[in-house]
Amino acid sequence: MNKIGKQTIKLDMAPSILETASIVGPKEAQGPLAKYFDKCLDDEFWGESTWEKAESKIIKETVNTVINKSGIPSNKIDYCFAGDLLNQCISSSFGLRELGVPFFGIFGACSTYVEGMALASILLSSGAGEYALYAASSHFCSAEKQFRFPLELGNQRPPTSQWTVTGSGAGILAKNGSGPYVTYITPGKVVDMGIKDANNMGAAMAPAALDTLITHFTDTGRNPSYYDAIFTGDLGYVGKEILIELAQTKGYNIKSNYNDCGVLIFDKENQDTHSGGSGCACCGSVFSGYIFNQMKTKKYKKVLLIATGALTNSTTVQQGESIPGIAHAVSIEI
Amino acid sequence: MKPINTTQEYQNYVDKKSPNSPILKNCFNAFWVGGLICSIGQIILNICKSRGMDTQMSGTVVSIILIGISAFLTGLNLFNKIGKFAGAGSLIPITGFANSIVSPAMEYKSEGYVMGVGSKMFTVAGPVLVFGISASIIVGLIFMIFNTQNITFV
Repeated sequence: MNKIGKQTIKLDMAPSILETASIVGPKEAQGPLAKYFDKCLDDEFWGESTWEKAESKIIKETVNTVINKSGIPSNKIDYCFAGDLLNQCISSSFGLRELGVPFFGIFGACSTYVEGMALASILLSSGAGEYALYAASSHFCSAEKQFRFPLELGNQRPPTSQWTVTGSGAGILAKNGSGPYVTYITPGKVVDMGIKDANNMGAAMAPAALDTLITHFTDTGRNPSYYDAIFTGDLGYVGKEILIELAQTKGYNIKSNYNDCGVLIFDKENQDTHSGGSGCACCGSVFSGYIFNQMKTKKYKKVLLIATGALTNSTTVQQGESIPGIAHAVSIEI
Repeated sequence: MKPINTTQEYQNYVDKKSPNSPILKNCFNAFWVGGLICSIGQIILNICKSRGMDTQMSGTVVSIILIGISAFLTGLNLFNKIGKFAGAGSLIPITGFANSIVSPAMEYKSEGYVMGVGSKMFTVAGPVLVFGISASIIVGLIFMIFNTQNITFV
């Protein structure tokens, strides 16, 4: 394991993604990717009394599902990384409290899934363990409650707004495995281009995604066509368009093999999701469900996954502060 | 396209790239739904008056009925759908005010009746109350000053 270029880590002992799991809510179940998820819920509460409890249950059950699918018992897992959007990452703490595995709670807003995957990969690559687990969750209702308005309030959402994905994605990494391997990690910098509109997260995060994308290509010497597919986490329709155009100005054409998880997860026309999906579970469930499946069936052999996060806070947005963005990239290859 | 270097350039670019709300459609829906709600109010008012109530009493009955319907529809998960369609059309009449109090009350019930419902009930409507009451005090003071001076415009 060594650092190459400005900020990319090359993993010589590349850890392998053993298995992934995803659970999503009812709206995601009506979306075009429904068949790829392990479980689709019938309602947002899932038998719990609060949305916060429901989100904790979702991440807990997703972790249990990935443990069952991989066949690695929890006592063999050396570390786990998890995070979510609720204050102090409480869903993850509740969801993983009975797991009995050393726990790192992480916050990278909607980039948490890849942040966890990257940190777990580095830890395994350093030789500090055999297996590591990572997970991330978000819930539309609990996120609306914390960041926006009560659900029953009769207001209108602007076309640039995004729909927080209800669900969770989790994965287990093995130090030695048969792939897909996490080969390169390009952790992102905090990039703030001064966007203050909390209803336009895609625009707030796109410059961070661009910075990480360009840095990854410069550091590794690769170009966009090296990858079968490049995915960003939750830039949505607006952010996706911006990223394509900005990359073009820097001399990189990503139009043909690039897509965004927030664009993929919902059907924009029929589901009224405006600019697309967002939230930790957006990238988390789309990678754990759809993209990982495509890699296992060898449809994609080289994937660059760039999870994007809007590092926002409901108080500072009200105080008129801008929304800094972050984007972490992992190169996953068979 | 030229490369973007400054935050101002980026802001201008984002403004151009971001789709705008369908203002004409929104205004039209707000107009007719808002008009419909007010017409329903007027019908109730007329019925009350024809039953022998005075104007003030009839107005109170209209408010109570519209607030009641709005709160009920909020509880049935229907008012947010009307609000999404009509925007200011359902927000500006007293129906929107009722919705803005009932919706946080429902949302924060999970935090208990005191710290949840009680303390969060006015998170949305609070500003309307504060500035509505403040404005009425200012207008009242102006009225009082002119009234004591025996200067009237009418």
